Amino acid sequence: MGKKLLLANDHIPGIQSYDVYRSNGGYLSVEKALKTLKPEDIVEEVKKSGLRGRGGAGFPTGMKWSFLAKPEGVPRYLVCNADESEPGTFKDRYLMSRIPHLLVEGMITSSYALGANTSYIYIRGEYYYVAQILEKAIAEAYQNGWLGQNILGTGYNLDLHVQVGGGAYICGEETALLESLEGKRGNPRIKPPFPAIAGLYGCPTVVNNVETIAAVVPIVNDGGDSYAAIGIGKSTGTKLISASGHIKKPGVYEIEMGITVEEFIYSEAYCGGILNNKKLKAVVAGGSSVPILPADKILTTPAGEKRLMSYESLSEGGFASGTMLGSGGFIVMDEDTSIVENLYTFTRFYHHESCGQCSPCREGTAWMEKLLHKILDGHGTLADVDLLWEIQSKIEGNTICPLGDAAAWPVASAIRHFRSEFESFVSNGNAKHPIN
Amino acid sequence: MEKKEIKFSNEALGLVQKMKSRYPEGKQKSALLPILHLAQAEFDGWLSPEVMDYVAQLLGIQSIEVFEVASFYSMYNLKPVGKCLLEVCRTSSCWLRGANEIVAHLENKLGIKEGETTPDGLFTLKTVECLGSCGTAPMLMCGAQFHENLTTSKVDDMLAKLKAENTRKTYLDKVEVNQY
Ligand SMILES: Cc1cc2nc3c(=O)[nH]c(=O)nc-3n(C[C@H](O)[C@H](O)[C@H](O)COP(=O)(O)O)c2cc1C
Ligand code: FES
Repeated sequence: MGKKLLLANDHIPGIQSYDVYRSNGGYLSVEKALKTLKPEDIVEEVKKSGLRGRGGAGFPTGMKWSFLAKPEGVPRYLVCNADESEPGTFKDRYLMSRIPHLLVEGMITSSYALGANTSYIYIRGEYYYVAQILEKAIAEAYQNGWLGQNILGTGYNLDLHVQVGGGAYICGEETALLESLEGKRGNPRIKPPFPAIAGLYGCPTVVNNVETIAAVVPIVNDGGDSYAAIGIGKSTGTKLISASGHIKKPGVYEIEMGITVEEFIYSEAYCGGILNNKKLKAVVAGGSSVPILPADKILTTPAGEKRLMSYESLSEGGFASGTMLGSGGFIVMDEDTSIVENLYTFTRFYHHESCGQCSPCREGTAWMEKLLHKILDGHGTLADVDLLWEIQSKIEGNTICPLGDAAAWPVASAIRHFRSEFESFVSNGNAKHPIN
Repeated sequence: MEKKEIKFSNEALGLVQKMKSRYPEGKQKSALLPILHLAQAEFDGWLSPEVMDYVAQLLGIQSIEVFEVASFYSMYNLKPVGKCLLEVCRTSSCWLRGANEIVAHLENKLGIKEGETTPDGLFTLKTVECLGSCGTAPMLMCGAQFHENLTTSKVDDMLAKLKAENTRKTYLDKVEVNQY
């Protein structure tokens, strides 16, 4: 088992409560930050750590923080993205419901580093019960003097609030999230301006994923260098992986970046192998949006080396034969899985979740769902497979936000790697999969 | 349906005040999504035009601004639903682990199709997209409660329990936290 930085204490009984959390080293990063570090020192440590955003895009967190505009007399905001709606991803729910104080602690330390005096955690509405767990933790933090006015007598003030969403994947996209937090429909904004310049209420804002914020705690406690010593290359530290599908032990695993994909799938410490000892057929390694890869390509890089769980190794080979780490939603499929039918569930999802602003995404996702439905129903033709390919290629890159790309990539990769399965559906009139 | 005066309880009004106080002066519209959840829980599980007008009044905004939002997000019901809204996830990870069988079993047991409500008004069956519980698939959500690692017999037990309780389930309910 590798080193754990976020989930080291997750199985301590009562760790949800303030007292147990505190007596296991909780809130030390806040003490250290507020009493001994200047905000810019913390930004420097985060830069040194090499931490990259855990929400999916992997953007270096320290760099994002240093872009935050600091005009005189204008409030700055830190908003935590707890929307977690990318199919296959459930790590943030685990973290927030198991160790809510870790997120609260990370929010305080990070808000101090960014000079924010009001911060929000935007959580998807379906996690309402988790929002209540967080609110309890926040209330405890206020009671114990970690939030409010003049924290630890340092003169620093911070209010922290939880906002629940209304059920919309698009609100995970950071500008849609900000719209939603302002009480509006979740339509992504055109960038620039980026949130670092004009975000919440038009003020400079940083949006970070739950896991990113939580990682700031060990970075401040142990130093950026110590964080960067874990992992491989530009994939530093640990990563929470949500493992699901046909595996013996689904769940959330904290891995050191750089273990092999093979170890992750087959070792007892992680997924424990394929359910019922079947053969591995395919993996979606980073949440529904990233390209699906067949077994040989997910286990081995084009150079013939073992593929590693890291940003770089997973994307080796580009889209021709690689994929992405994304949000770390690792979905495993056994030899009996219909790739076409699985794709249908993804495409239906993107059609349902498209906000409707951009025609290529709004219309394209609807067409792709319809075509896949037709193919699965046994009424498809070879021309439909080509049309599917063409539609996805016209969505990619042509929308305001990356939801369009996210809808296109699963379709493109499924056809790229499993074309024969589509063809067998259309040529055999194979309608053995009833659709509901 | 019985006519009720549309007004929050004092407790709910207190919560509305608290929600509004989380945002800077002049930005109270930010409280719209949480207030809509509260309204849905208070007024029979859905948002009628009258309820939306009431929420608009509370926030000092136009009714259309409320409708705009209520119609965008999938958790707000614009039509009446049963006391127990069963939201079954059927996206990839749940589908891989048998979500379709769970939906079929529910349809069979309840004698309704997806999207319908039982004649006694107790259950509405809905299929939804990934609820962030893929590692404990297949799963469904009823009110705030996640029902995970479902089997047909677990579904039967759940239905029996919900029938016996015969109460409206809301997203705001306090639930037992799952031990993973
Ligand atoms: C359609 C879409 C959905 C997204 N969903 C999420 C999400 O649920 N959680 C998240 O943290 N980031 C999500 N993101 C990424 C955010 O836009 C943003 O990059 C992220 O919150 C930044 O935080 P990080 O740098 O800490 O990763 C999504 C992006 C897109 C385009
Ligand atoms: S796929 Fe069903 S909860 Fe994620």
